[in-house]
Amino acid sequence: MGIVSPGFRGRPRESGPELPPGQYLTRDFPVLSAGPTPRVPLDQWEFTITTETGQAHRWSWADLMALPGDTPTVDIHCVTKWSKLGTNWQGVPLDMLMADVTTDADYALVQSYGGYTTNLPLQDLRDGQAWIAYRFEGEDLAPEHGGPARLLVPHLYFWKSAKWVRGIQLMLEDEPGFWESAGYHNYGDPWREQRYQGD
Amino acid sequence: MTSERAEWGRHQVDSEMYEDGNALAGPLGEIFTMDVTVAVSRCAGCGLAGPVARLHVYRHAPGWVARCPACEGVVLRLVRGPDSAWLDLTGAVSLRLPMPTL
Repeated sequence: MGIVSPGFRGRPRESGPELPPGQYLTRDFPVLSAGPTPRVPLDQWEFTITTETGQAHRWSWADLMALPGDTPTVDIHCVTKWSKLGTNWQGVPLDMLMADVTTDADYALVQSYGGYTTNLPLQDLRDGQAWIAYRFEGEDLAPEHGGPARLLVPHLYFWKSAKWVRGIQLMLEDEPGFWESAGYHNYGDPWREQRYQGD
Repeated sequence: MTSERAEWGRHQVDSEMYEDGNALAGPLGEIFTMDVTVAVSRCAGCGLAGPVARLHVYRHAPGWVARCPACEGVVLRLVRGPDSAWLDLTGAVSLRLPMPTL
């Protein structure tokens, strides 16, 4: 048996042209986690975007809920090779949260309750490509799937869609996150099968 | 890492998703000729020393993540790609390995 679990829910069932290379279709929602599940009370929850100059923009849970939410329907692709098509989310577009943020940064380091981090170019969080998501398939996002809120950036492998998101540090220089510093690809485009460093 | 460890403590947590460090015997056995699960690791976060077999191992993830049973800080990470393995021990001050007497 290989070290990396291929979704640990059984054999590949389907593949097709709508799936990125090397992926198989699943209809359940495997839970992947590199640590204990943080439980963050909503009255203590906070999301912060911090610029490269240290300027912090903060939202409480009430602040987030007061913003108009999108309801994106997106395909998601896990680097452990499962994909899930047509998933329905509700969340606030990053474009809305970034609207009043002045920055020269090109890179973002996403930070989670529990200590997880992941990095990506800031432009991948803009232009309708990313959300702070708090509902999944009509239900509040469950803690094991990243609730109360997770980043949703579905055009990249799903490890970039950080669960339990707490903040985003904007940076002039790139900095690898949790998996990016342990062998995984810095960018992680599933359509180019960028799983590992060097892919 | 210090703030990460503090974070784990502040937002504890239940999870049945980990196994004990014996789960590392297979993947580490691909790299080391000896059984590293009997080694004693010292956590870089809280200083706890104990057998690797006692670490909390999260394997339902893109790699293997072994955490300190006391502070839940990451002690060891292992990612196995198709033709490379990445082993990160920055969370371990040391590994004490049983050796034959000189």
